[in-house]
Amino acid sequence: MAFADNNGGGRHKAPLELWIRATFLTLGSIIVTMLGLMFITFIIGRVMPIDPVLAIVGEQASKSTYDQAYAELGLDRPLIVQFGIYVWDVIHGDFGKSLLTARPVADDIARVFPATLELATLGVLIGIVLGIPLGVVAAVRRGSWIDQLARVVALVGYSMTIFWLGLMGLLVFYGILGWVGGPGRVGIFYVDIVPSVTGMILVDSILDGNWDVFKDALSHIVLPASLLGYYSLAYISRMTRSFMLEQLSAEYIITARVKGMSESAVIWRHAFKNIRVQLITVIALSYAGLLEGSVLTEIIFSWPGIGSYITTALLSADMNAVLGGTVVVGLVFILLNIFSDLLYKVFDPRAK
Amino acid sequence: MNAFNRLLTTAAISLAVNVTSFAVVAETPANMLVIANRIDDITTLDPAQSFEFAGSDVIRNVYGKLVNFDPLDLKAGYQPDLAESWTVSEDGKTITFTMREGVTFHSGNPVTAADAEFSLRRAVILNKTPSFILTQFGFTPENVAETIVADGNTLTITTDKRYATSFILNCMTATIGSIVDMKTVMENEVDGDMGNTWLATNSAGSGAYKVQGWKPNESVTLTSNPDFYLGAPAMERVIVRHVQESATQRLMLERNDIDVARNLNPEDVAGATAADGVKIEDELKGRLMYVSLNQKHSELSKPEVRQAIKYLVDYAGMRDSFLKGQYTIHQNFLPATYLGASDENPFSLNVEKAKELLASAGVGEFTIEAGVREAQDRIEIAQSLQNTFAQAGITLNITVGTAKAILARYRARELDVYIGAWGPDYPDPQTNAGTFAYNPDNSDEAGATGLLAWRNAWDVGDLNAKVDAAVIENDRDARVQMYLDIQSEFREVSPFAILFQQIEQSALRDNVMHFSTGQAITSASYWQITK
Repeated sequence: MAFADNNGGGRHKAPLELWIRATFLTLGSIIVTMLGLMFITFIIGRVMPIDPVLAIVGEQASKSTYDQAYAELGLDRPLIVQFGIYVWDVIHGDFGKSLLTARPVADDIARVFPATLELATLGVLIGIVLGIPLGVVAAVRRGSWIDQLARVVALVGYSMTIFWLGLMGLLVFYGILGWVGGPGRVGIFYVDIVPSVTGMILVDSILDGNWDVFKDALSHIVLPASLLGYYSLAYISRMTRSFMLEQLSAEYIITARVKGMSESAVIWRHAFKNIRVQLITVIALSYAGLLEGSVLTEIIFSWPGIGSYITTALLSADMNAVLGGTVVVGLVFILLNIFSDLLYKVFDPRAK
Repeated sequence: MNAFNRLLTTAAISLAVNVTSFAVVAETPANMLVIANRIDDITTLDPAQSFEFAGSDVIRNVYGKLVNFDPLDLKAGYQPDLAESWTVSEDGKTITFTMREGVTFHSGNPVTAADAEFSLRRAVILNKTPSFILTQFGFTPENVAETIVADGNTLTITTDKRYATSFILNCMTATIGSIVDMKTVMENEVDGDMGNTWLATNSAGSGAYKVQGWKPNESVTLTSNPDFYLGAPAMERVIVRHVQESATQRLMLERNDIDVARNLNPEDVAGATAADGVKIEDELKGRLMYVSLNQKHSELSKPEVRQAIKYLVDYAGMRDSFLKGQYTIHQNFLPATYLGASDENPFSLNVEKAKELLASAGVGEFTIEAGVREAQDRIEIAQSLQNTFAQAGITLNITVGTAKAILARYRARELDVYIGAWGPDYPDPQTNAGTFAYNPDNSDEAGATGLLAWRNAWDVGDLNAKVDAAVIENDRDARVQMYLDIQSEFREVSPFAILFQQIEQSALRDNVMHFSTGQAITSASYWQITK
């Protein structure tokens, strides 16, 4: 009886132990990855040939002013000590102060990240909604005009510089046709009208019930989001087509067709079902890429997101801002990976 | 944006603009001014700390000063502002300002001499980057209680020695001379910071505008002060939006979404010139481009070689090609529009004359190294010099590097030739005279890296005394003549070839009147603008 009890207890404990073990492993890998990311970024920041002291005091400063600022930044301490202090501060939620904005980096990121999140989410949604059906249809009707169209779309998406396409989009849809709002997140009359709750103006204006601001914000985001969506679409449709072609040539599909199953059932219930896991990876990568900050899009559309924040900081040797931004982007990558893993387990029983 | 992209974009925009017209759109409201500018250099809005261009623009419109420049008459020099008048003591060391009555801060508090005392003392005590503009007169955190004193309606400042009154008052027009609302600032003091943290993002002034909001890298919004002592501004709201790209600024201007575009590149300026309802205005700014010769180099230290180099520069060729519209020829260390500025530009490309000078110095062919930062315009200047120097047998090897690397070598007196830029720190001739033509100790040990003359190991000789004399000359006209004389000598003997002065080109809707970026001596002002 005792033996049976032990056995029974063991069977009950095993999944819990596995779960705890898996959780610790995940947490451990997050911590190690984040530490590695911070260390590499920190070292690059210290060895890169941009002088953070000059960024503060200017090139006309005297040596004593320079030395004073050098010491105030803690640059006179050993590198490993500087890194240790930085990690300790980050653990306590302190990313330091930005040289450029004179505000805590955490506050800056809380301001710029929602702008990027809003833009990237809309962008990737456009990419998913249009890219997946296009890829599937292109694969099913291989060699048809729609397949050729998908190829051209993908080719243009891969080869056209986003800078040029963005400016042309602005010129045509904003400058000439006047269909969309111009650069910036909202027009000048709507700046600071709705209270910031999430930092995403579309969401905040809905929460506030202010539909004028919502419409204006939508008219401003639609062009940059479509641009990002187009690049996302190009990638997703191409990969979907490729995955689908592989499945459609598999024997089980032939069997399904021989059994008389309808073509839509063959495509969507069998072939598409089997590429979902691969597509998750593709979409996650695409989304992460957009969240990382589409610097050029943000510059063209004067979109105050994290990409332009990190880039401006980098060019100005504002290393606290660069490190803070990089850590957040790194965290986003890791969280998206974890989310992808979870979805794998939902869609693929073998991963459970 | 690389050159190809820029060319492609400009060509495409120009083509599209020429074959079609922009949709008819509403203008910005008549009482609102919208400016597109690059404002990512703003780090703080505290006048005791701000030392950047975009921040100075904001502060000039928000704070009053003891004396200030009239944007409609910048040539007139400093004028009474919050100080209605002033007197100077016999020994020239004490200036007593009488404050203007009836002026209030945005908070409603009256502007008093005590506020002026607090503001100047605060700037000295906080000791931030621009504090040297005040501390050069001998003010220290320890002595401000005796040297900057309010008494009733007057403020008295006492300097450590005699200085030209115009020198002191010019410095009072700098951003750091802004008068802040003592009561409001001290109500927001944290840990003895004298309100420094709070003022970084808020305002407590008495000027034409107050800061409604500043979002870094996004926008600054100013609202007008209806009680401004010079009269309520016509523009009740001013929004400065951060727009990084020139092409985007141009599109917004031509769409009527903005009134002023301040960062158009030459291609977009050319394009915008042809647009309906847009005008271009040029203003000279303080930035100078120059070439300097290290006097430790055996050949470059010869007077004839220094002269020859000045004849080996294709000034007009550069101005009319890659610097077109952005720089004008200027061969003096005081930028045009400064007190004492000279418009003498005697040098032009003359290879034969340069060869004669080199021959008379007994100099044959030689090789020198020029350090230049990785900025496109500077590299192009270096390449032009390389070409013209070669025509006289001088081989110029160009070393391109980061600011950190090149400046480190320049400060260590290691470069033969430096090709770079210099901007004045405050609107008085001493700011440039005191660095280009002043070097009291030329020894390596002196380590005077802040002085350009020292960086080039140039013993300026009697110019030290002349600069010292000019800085204490109280007669304004006499002082002007002294700087003209110093620059005349400097042009001939110095190891500096001053090349160009920057032009800022702003594109405006043609209904915007009286816009001023402040020329070389001050910052942009908005209160005089009408539409």
